[in-house]
Amino acid sequence: MDSKALIAQRVAQELVSGDLVNLGIGLPTLVTTYLPEGIRVFFQSENGLIGMQALSEKAAAFEDLTDAGGTPASFIPGAAAFDSVASFGFIRGGHLDVTVLGGLQVDEGGQLANWMVPGKMVPGMGGAMDLVTGAKKVIVAMTHTAKGAPKIIKKCNLPLTSVRRVDLIVTDLAVIEPTDDGLVLREVAPEMSIDDVTAATEAKLLIPDDVKQMPVWI
Amino acid sequence: MSKLCSCACAVESITDGSSVMIGGFMGGGSPHRLIDELVRQGKKDLTIIANDTARPGFGIGKLVDAGALKRLIASHIGLNPETQKRMIAEEIEVELVPQGTLAERIRAGGTGLGGVLTATGVGTVVADGKPTLELDGETYLVETPLKADFALIHALRADLFGNLQYQLTARNFNPSMALAATTVVAEAAEIVPVGMIPPDHVETVGVIVDHLISREA
Repeated sequence: MDSKALIAQRVAQELVSGDLVNLGIGLPTLVTTYLPEGIRVFFQSENGLIGMQALSEKAAAFEDLTDAGGTPASFIPGAAAFDSVASFGFIRGGHLDVTVLGGLQVDEGGQLANWMVPGKMVPGMGGAMDLVTGAKKVIVAMTHTAKGAPKIIKKCNLPLTSVRRVDLIVTDLAVIEPTDDGLVLREVAPEMSIDDVTAATEAKLLIPDDVKQMPVWI
Repeated sequence: MSKLCSCACAVESITDGSSVMIGGFMGGGSPHRLIDELVRQGKKDLTIIANDTARPGFGIGKLVDAGALKRLIASHIGLNPETQKRMIAEEIEVELVPQGTLAERIRAGGTGLGGVLTATGVGTVVADGKPTLELDGETYLVETPLKADFALIHALRADLFGNLQYQLTARNFNPSMALAATTVVAEAAEIVPVGMIPPDHVETVGVIVDHLISREA
């Protein structure tokens, strides 16, 4: 399985029926593909819809309905549309159960940087700062390293997305939970050892006795 | 007096150096004919306030390609490498604003509020130089209202009085921007007689719309 699929299917297992969920553009969007059977959640798209779903291959694209990346999308019966003020009211107002975002760096304090590399890449924060500030649960879904360099480091040196501590980090190597004590290694990916994970991580990882193997459902 | 006018006529009143809010999200719900006309008339030194700059060659991206921007206030330019290139080369002065904060600053500008208190951005570079306020143990940034000389709005349907209706994710920033500018120009996919949009379905009221772009000839 490719690493993005592995990450997306593991994130999908965190979702609970009834959750209102926002998915960032890129890797997080893949999560919809791996929703476990019987789990019904509402996907919010920050550009103004709750109840979004991917457009089936047979359906015609519709100019007035896209996901947050500008890709044509569809919606489920019971969906609702609204403007950007209302959309971010849901996000900041504590109505969003889960947000799944990509990451450039996460540090030992569980703080996330994901919106710019000064002088090189300036995508902007889009909705990320509001999402990390306002969502009940923040999941970072990202590859464990970038070109071999660790992304989970002692202290973020890129501009932070929020001072809030994220709730879970899911990578292609591990599932890590930021806590008051530090980053706790919860799961390692299939065919990976704890040593493989620590070797690819700059930050200190707390290793409990019961580190599990990451469940793969697909 | 009719609000109907040609695209060219409406855009002629937008002078170089104006501040212009443009609705849309990655081009969805952007007034594409008005954008094309801004490019055709070679407008320069514009301050554009918008969620994003879409992609090169598409939507607000066309204004970036044409070198029409002096300044940009937006939340996301990640899907437009041309905007990023011009920002890094300091050809365009870019202020990146969290999307929810951008929405609320525009809303504040249009509804007579002196600012917005938000926890978004506290402790990040977004907070640099901004006052903060402690209320009930929480820290908030004080964010200022945004207004513009012009708002260019896309709607699904307009009546001849300028009442507007939107559709799905093409709504986005359009309703709040329509309140926050001195002159409001609306481009609708369909124009219907007054009375054809039920009052409960009017989302932007015609009294604040100055010009309605007539259908393509």
